Amino acid sequence: MAAEHPAHDEHDSHPGVGQYIEIGAILALLTAIEVSLFFADIASAVEVPALLFLTVLKFVLVILWFMHLRFDHKVFRRLFFTGVALAGVVFSVVLVISG
Amino acid sequence: MADVTAATEAHSDAGGTGEHHTSMGLSNNKMGMWALIGSECLFFGALISTYLMYLDRTNGGPGPEIFDIPFTSVSTFILLMSSLSMVLALAAIQEGDMRKFRTWTLGTALLGSTFLAGQFYEFTVFVAEGMKLDTSPFSSAFFVLTSFHGFHVAFGILMLVSLWAMSLSGRVKPVVHAPLVENIGLYWHFVDIVWIVIFTVVYLIPAG
Repeated sequence: MAAEHPAHDEHDSHPGVGQYIEIGAILALLTAIEVSLFFADIASAVEVPALLFLTVLKFVLVILWFMHLRFDHKVFRRLFFTGVALAGVVFSVVLVISG
Repeated sequence: MADVTAATEAHSDAGGTGEHHTSMGLSNNKMGMWALIGSECLFFGALISTYLMYLDRTNGGPGPEIFDIPFTSVSTFILLMSSLSMVLALAAIQEGDMRKFRTWTLGTALLGSTFLAGQFYEFTVFVAEGMKLDTSPFSSAFFVLTSFHGFHVAFGILMLVSLWAMSLSGRVKPVVHAPLVENIGLYWHFVDIVWIVIFTVVYLIPAG
């Protein structure tokens, strides 16, 4: 029975220690860029999209590598992104209501 | 009949860890953790939306200009690094290295505690400068959002310290209990990604 349903959340395909450290360094670098952007004299029309882009990048790096969504079964991805999509709906409704 | 019983046992309790699996071969515990994380996205999405809705309603009290961005940047860096130490703890238990596992687990808990201490300090500064929970809709939304995040961090620290203590007494075993550590890690990384969003949307953009 177990052989018929191989576990998809096995750890064989998880990243190694070296890759984890690389991702950690990239996250630290992205945070430093965010803070630099905040203190730089840049128009908010450029600054805000740049900050949001960096945030999405950090978010994606953590969920794909540290939370293993890139390597795990797609059911986990669906569960997570359903929550994210619903949060997006709430956010949009609030934006519309508050004008 | 004996084959069926054996297969059922293998299916329901992988490795004798109490880990049950779905018909898809996935861990029920992990599925449950992802379902919890999905629902928590909605919870924090609502809190962040509320904060943005009340961003301009300061009632003449302090607004986003009160934020100390360099201080919060250091807190953010600390929480990000705690996510790194969490995955290193997971890698260590998967490799069966319990000494490294305990070091990284305790390190993650200490980094989380440092973040919480920073948040507590930040709150005391805000209150001293006249921004209290009931000062304005803005301050209420800010304190409720960041406090709920803080409670999540505190709960994560509690789980990490329990894990560390259980590993000392031999109740957390190398390799076998890696799925348990992975689930606690998932929770911890979720707390981290929520802060990644809060740092930009709550602190950087409004204060910019």
